Amino acid sequence: MLKTEPLDVERVRADFPILKREVHGKKLVYLDNAATTQKPQSVIDALVDYYSRYNSNVHRSVHTLGEEATAAYEASREKTAKFVGAPAKGLVFLRGTTEATNLVRFAWGEGNVKKGDVLVTTLMEHHSNIVPWQLLAKKKEATLKFVGLNEDGTLDMGQYENLLKESPKLVAVTHSSNVLGTINDVAEICSKAKRVGATTVVDGAQSVPHMPVNVESIGCDFYAFSGHKMLGPTGIGALVGKKQLLESMEPFHGGGEMIKEVFPDRSTWNDVPYKFEAGTVNIADAIGLGAAVDYLSMIGMDRVREHELRLVEYALETLAKVKGFHQYGPTDPNRKGGVVSFNLADVHPHDLATILDDEGIAIRSGHHCAQLLMRWLDVAATSRASFHVYNSYDDVDALKAGLEKAGVIFKI
Amino acid sequence: MSSADIYRELILDYYRNPRNFGKLEKFDIDSRDTNPLCGDEIEMQIRVGDGQKIEEIKFTGKGCAISQASASLLTELAKGKKLGWVREVAKEDVFKMLGDPDLGPSRVKCALLGMKVLKTGVYGYLGAHYDDPETSDPMA
Repeated sequence: MLKTEPLDVERVRADFPILKREVHGKKLVYLDNAATTQKPQSVIDALVDYYSRYNSNVHRSVHTLGEEATAAYEASREKTAKFVGAPAKGLVFLRGTTEATNLVRFAWGEGNVKKGDVLVTTLMEHHSNIVPWQLLAKKKEATLKFVGLNEDGTLDMGQYENLLKESPKLVAVTHSSNVLGTINDVAEICSKAKRVGATTVVDGAQSVPHMPVNVESIGCDFYAFSGHKMLGPTGIGALVGKKQLLESMEPFHGGGEMIKEVFPDRSTWNDVPYKFEAGTVNIADAIGLGAAVDYLSMIGMDRVREHELRLVEYALETLAKVKGFHQYGPTDPNRKGGVVSFNLADVHPHDLATILDDEGIAIRSGHHCAQLLMRWLDVAATSRASFHVYNSYDDVDALKAGLEKAGVIFKI
Repeated sequence: MSSADIYRELILDYYRNPRNFGKLEKFDIDSRDTNPLCGDEIEMQIRVGDGQKIEEIKFTGKGCAISQASASLLTELAKGKKLGWVREVAKEDVFKMLGDPDLGPSRVKCALLGMKVLKTGVYGYLGAHYDDPETSDPMA
């Protein structure tokens, strides 16, 4: 059911200069948005504007350029925090989701996890929401346990409830799978975790760019996401955390900006979030992320979600007609982000990606940094088409034609 | 690069019907490696005969058509050759064997995985170390 005005894709596409380029003489069909998205002109302009008009360090420069840069940087923090329903002081700018989970691993994990503790994550996680906890568990002699999946690619909530009986210290879960697309009920997962006193970390790398997100209503302790997957620049992302928790934690990195006072034998820490932003921060890209948030807000995240839902629905229906096509994960588009993972008969995903590239079509092929999930699916790799605001039904049709060509070449 | 040019009959044939696929009961060399980009896996086993000859060679693996066909073709080429021959094999030989397809930088490593496994195994057997200058991937 259409709740909002549909997107005018042609108008949106005009905002993204890269979509004018050709690849191997064909129009670029960019379907690798779960890896990284393209950037609208307004984001590119924000970067150029910062560097060409008011480039300066933030927070401690008492001159006009410094004040302008600080104002733009902090305005971006406010916008980005508001975008996910968080207070500005609860948002730490970091390089991305991976740095955010690693911050929690060190700054929270060091002081809160002890020998014999249980940590819980799931089989559908990206490596960035598995490996930090593995390292933490190893260091602390704790145990990392995994919630498995149901046949349809959703989390086995019965098994999750059983793991909660072991009173885990941490529950780390993705909001939306980067492979299956599965949208997890993170509010329910966090509320159940809270009842047994677990700290919760939600990986929002595949949700913040694609659907309305409100961390307050999710009720998590930490929420992590990356700017470059939401039309923003690379090298910028955020960790949103409960203020009290952030205040109780030790710093992640030591250095400039994160201190209040330094004595030979000790230091006192700056207030949250600055305590976690040591060194000169990524000013330009944070400002660029603010521009991306403006762009997405202008479209409206309800409309972004609606648009991708329709594309997934159309893709599942259209691609199912291709001989040898096999899709992974939920078949109900309502339970899925803008991601379609698949295989085509016995064609290896990398061979498929090479053939599609020849047609100007960019998809992802491989294990998608989710090797535990690949093992669960019992495949070495999958191909993945993922959407964003500038994708159209035409792109799905082009993908279908590309798959059919691969079918001919591989004599399926 | 044309994909139809890469995926010619030869590669598809060796992908679907790999020659020398399997394991040896008795072997002197066992070498395995993976390609993290594709998740390609190749394992080779070699029985060394009189005169340091490759008497028997088999491989197992999974992965893309290029990696599997290339490994299979290489085992055919290696069989009966002296171990010293393995030192001489170069990436150009592998490309030639595949019909010189224009692979592009990201797929070259798929084609060379079999050679890396063969060289690593044989060099180790001969007490040398193969440090893989040719198959290092600038994109990994």
